[in-house]
Amino acid sequence: MHIVDGALSNPVVIAGTVLAVGGVAMGLKRLTLERIPATGILSASFFVASLIHVPIGPSSVHLILNGLAGLILGWAAFPALLVGLLLQTVFFGFGGLTVLGVNALNIAGPAVLTWLLFGKLVERSSPTTGAIWAGVGGAFSIAATTGLVAFSLMLTGDAFIPAAKLVFFAHIPVMVIEALLTGTAVYLVRKVRPDLFSAIKGAAL
Amino acid sequence: MQRLTSAEKAPRTGSLFTIGPIADLDPRLRIVLSTVFALIVVGLSDLLALSLAVLVAAALLPLSGLPKKRTLKRMAGMDGFIIFTLILLPFSVPGTPMISVFGISASWEGLWQAVEIALTANAVILALMCLVGSMEPVTMGHALHALRMPEQLVQLLMFTIRYIETLRSEYLRLRSAMKMRGFRPGTNWHTYRSFGYLVGMMLVRALERSERVLGAMKCRGFSGRFVLLESFQMRDRDWIFASWMTTAMVLLVLLEAWHVVA
Repeated sequence: MHIVDGALSNPVVIAGTVLAVGGVAMGLKRLTLERIPATGILSASFFVASLIHVPIGPSSVHLILNGLAGLILGWAAFPALLVGLLLQTVFFGFGGLTVLGVNALNIAGPAVLTWLLFGKLVERSSPTTGAIWAGVGGAFSIAATTGLVAFSLMLTGDAFIPAAKLVFFAHIPVMVIEALLTGTAVYLVRKVRPDLFSAIKGAAL
Repeated sequence: MQRLTSAEKAPRTGSLFTIGPIADLDPRLRIVLSTVFALIVVGLSDLLALSLAVLVAAALLPLSGLPKKRTLKRMAGMDGFIIFTLILLPFSVPGTPMISVFGISASWEGLWQAVEIALTANAVILALMCLVGSMEPVTMGHALHALRMPEQLVQLLMFTIRYIETLRSEYLRLRSAMKMRGFRPGTNWHTYRSFGYLVGMMLVRALERSERVLGAMKCRGFSGRFVLLESFQMRDRDWIFASWMTTAMVLLVLLEAWHVVA
């Protein structure tokens, strides 16, 4: 969900950018030398994962998986997802340049929030229960991202409200898909490499 | 895409990319100019000025050496969300009625607002792709470093750039292994579980790869700083290009000011 240049009013763009800079700073503070290779390579994996198209009925959706990114990277999801967005904007022409901060906030904010809310439940319980909580987190982060995109547009003007509402409901199938994939991905990781959850960000709070 | 997801450096002389004059300019200048251009265009509201901004960006396209058709397609390709929002704008902005569809009237004001957003978005993204998207991703990392982007963020960017193609081919390998075992994606639990495991497996492998990479880096005495070999220099042609772009941007601002006053 990439907002384009010119769609938002200046105060919204500035506020979003300031918040995104704060989030990136929080992420970089924890990125020691030891963690940069793992974070960069995981950031590349999430970039590749976003190119996967998953069938849904007659159509298909591409993955975002920001909830999963949050659960694995914690605050580092901010710089990691920002880097991915920057590359998408410059080389693929998605989104926009002045709204990069807002887009990063809309995607990475819910990722970090998912980790803060569900991280402990995902890491501490049994793999099956953890996977279920991860699924809830995956759906939550997409709902939050859609909500934030809609909110950014609504702050810009009332004219965007009907579109924002419709789009939120149109994203319910995406939430279901992201929930299923986040849940099963976490289940596999819990079984194979449970330490992946503490590799970048340390153990959950 | 090709530049980002091809293992070797994109062949500059191949059929995909031809060298354009922009490729010879200082990468730092290209990043700064595209940012200033974006900030100015976002500030414009006059439709004539915005149309000219699109023309300025379009004039950069032949100079950039990017494939024209594909770049224009990328520029126009917007998120479904945004297209939807723009289409709904004439119907949700109150004002002089234009036409009415199923009893709901569309307003001219809403249409102009949608056109304004579309012109702004296309002008900015096209200029950005022509100026910055035409360089090697790694060069962009170096230039951002030279422009004082935080070092950790640059390192993260470089790692991501380096491993996107590696991981994409790993993904394709896993996908062909799945296909070989008779996996056919559909709308069912088996498909979603398989994709979930695929993503999980990619993350596990990424972590394992990163451990090997870190080990190799430590073995070579990595101390936390990349030595970036490229040094940039502003030459005559950079200054000439910069003055052309500045003139164009000043004209855009003057046109906007003149129209707003008039």
